[in-house]
Amino acid sequence: MTAADLNTGTGGLKIRGLHKHYGTFTAVDGIDLDVPEGSFFALLGPSGCGKTTTLRMVAGLEEPTAGEIMIGGKDISRQRPYQRPVNTVFQSYALFPHMTIFENVAFGLRRRKVDGVDAKVKEMLDLVEMGHLAHRKPTQLSGGQQQRIAVVRALVNKPKVLLLDEPLGALDLKLRRQMQLELKRIQTEVGITFIHVTHDQEEAMTMADTIAVLNKGKVEQMGAPVDLYENPRTAFVAGFLGQTNLLTAKVVGTSGDVLTTDFHGIKITMPVSRMAATTQEVEVGVRPEKIHIAELGEAPVGRNVVDGVIIDASFIGVSTQYVIRTLADAEEEITVFTQNSSTSLRRVGETVSAYWHPDHTFGLHEGAWQEAEAAEVAS
Amino acid sequence: MTAIAHVPPTGGTATPPPEPGRSNKLTPYFLLLPAGLALLVFFVLPILTLINTSLQSGGLEEGYTFTWSFSNYWDVWVDYWPQFLRSFVYAGSATVLAILIAYPIAYMIAFKAGQWRSILLVLIIAPFFTSFLIRTLAWTTILSDTGPVTSFFRSIHVLALTDWIGLTSDSRILATPLAVILGLTYNFLPFMTLPLYASLEKQDPGLLQAAGDLYASSWQGFWKITWPLSLPGVISGTLLTFIPAAGDYVNATFLGSMRESMTGNAIDALFLRIRDYSHAAALSVSLMAAIVVLVIYYVRRSGTEDLV
Repeated sequence: MTAADLNTGTGGLKIRGLHKHYGTFTAVDGIDLDVPEGSFFALLGPSGCGKTTTLRMVAGLEEPTAGEIMIGGKDISRQRPYQRPVNTVFQSYALFPHMTIFENVAFGLRRRKVDGVDAKVKEMLDLVEMGHLAHRKPTQLSGGQQQRIAVVRALVNKPKVLLLDEPLGALDLKLRRQMQLELKRIQTEVGITFIHVTHDQEEAMTMADTIAVLNKGKVEQMGAPVDLYENPRTAFVAGFLGQTNLLTAKVVGTSGDVLTTDFHGIKITMPVSRMAATTQEVEVGVRPEKIHIAELGEAPVGRNVVDGVIIDASFIGVSTQYVIRTLADAEEEITVFTQNSSTSLRRVGETVSAYWHPDHTFGLHEGAWQEAEAAEVAS
Repeated sequence: MTAIAHVPPTGGTATPPPEPGRSNKLTPYFLLLPAGLALLVFFVLPILTLINTSLQSGGLEEGYTFTWSFSNYWDVWVDYWPQFLRSFVYAGSATVLAILIAYPIAYMIAFKAGQWRSILLVLIIAPFFTSFLIRTLAWTTILSDTGPVTSFFRSIHVLALTDWIGLTSDSRILATPLAVILGLTYNFLPFMTLPLYASLEKQDPGLLQAAGDLYASSWQGFWKITWPLSLPGVISGTLLTFIPAAGDYVNATFLGSMRESMTGNAIDALFLRIRDYSHAAALSVSLMAAIVVLVIYYVRRSGTEDLV
């Protein structure tokens, strides 16, 4: 997605310099976002990162302290909630308990005195295959069904942007997986821009085309799920989206596209573009599943190789997780996930070579491991 | 799997199920017994006695005999229909006034009071710490002819208007229908406020947000969401206010005059002063029957069973 694609249509959302202060507390601290029309966009972050506040400001339920919110190039940040071309799916669904499913879905259309309410409601109920439940009351539906009704009650108004505030939070794990796919299907079918707030990185990665990772009221990094995961630019993103290994190293030079670092005499290389720090002292990172294990000294040429002793091995069925203490620095440990494609497992106490492709390496600033660990706990 | 061999045989050490016996089957009935007896002794028997008395004829000197004299009912209707009518008009007006006053109060406490909520709720029931009689008597001072309230409304010519309608007379408030209605409203206001508060307080504020998100103005949000969801509270508040107000005679005694006497006053006079027990009983049964019929009609009309 390039900048030229952004906001060319009418349903794109653009946020510039958005701030929200509550007294001395800063909930949102200068957020810039570009959400292309028709995309499934996720705001991901731990609780208190400002994602819900941002969403509520887009919905008009909170007033920004400063900043612009634009939909299709028009600033809506001073409009009343009902004047904005957005609708919200609330975390608690907020279905009206005294109305039938039909009347719930028809509510927005009736308030705007739109023609052809019956047909529009029916079309929406058919979209989620719930037409036969039109005359039930919300309490007579299951959690997943209520969730679907909450989504179509908002969608029937044809908003330019649909806001979803942790909509799957109240569902159990199995139903959540099912609803993730269902929401994705609905979004693809209607083509409306979805902005989904969640603290669940797996949920965000499953559904969204683009994720903005938020921390302490700021956007840490924005991009496609695979980019965020494979090439995190901050320690927070590295830690929040899955596990990561970080080794303290020194930059010794670059030649062409290749940047070389030194870890206690061991050369670790990576593409220049994957180094986020500009200092000499850095941390080199690699995801646990990118690492392979070979007999000591038998790692293939052209890989980053760190030798170490296996100090822990946990068999998890499809994979095994090893913890390797490096020979070069007894303080540093590397976690490795290996697929159990062979039957023989490594034993604790074996000295081995851990290796990975330089393209899977990324570089962060010094001291990143502490932030990454904190983020991992928060995720 | 070897692990299975270590599982103890099921059932062997399990606690035996409680023995099914006659005592277990009867337990619920034993538990119902105290309430059932209380209902029988303090409700069913007195009502039967009352109905029995209402169909007797005779007098204090010659004694009362049961004679199926349904004419008692006709007699009290002919003699006391104005009191009967007043009971329902005054109680109805007081109930409407109580809704108008209590709904905003309950709404404020439920949605806007924040940390003051519990204090305000205590203030609502605080009047109960004083006797019902004292509170009603206090209103005679508040509404007295030379008091500030009467002087104020007289000076802005409101009393001229209420005189004309018939709510007051002679430019005074005390000893007029208005005084009785105000007294009834005041005395039963907490019975209206508390059920309203209970039904408002449990509403999810997210519903109004959702209504706003779906283009409802705050006014529409109130009438489409808050009000229908508070109907159970409105109905129970109405019943708790109307029923005791219709049978009340204290307010009419202290705040009204002979012209404002209600059914309760008539029953009081018949039972305790005239000692015409059969007619007093007939009037009591009539009042009770009228209230029951009205309540059944009202609850049916409002269709509470459809509400959550």
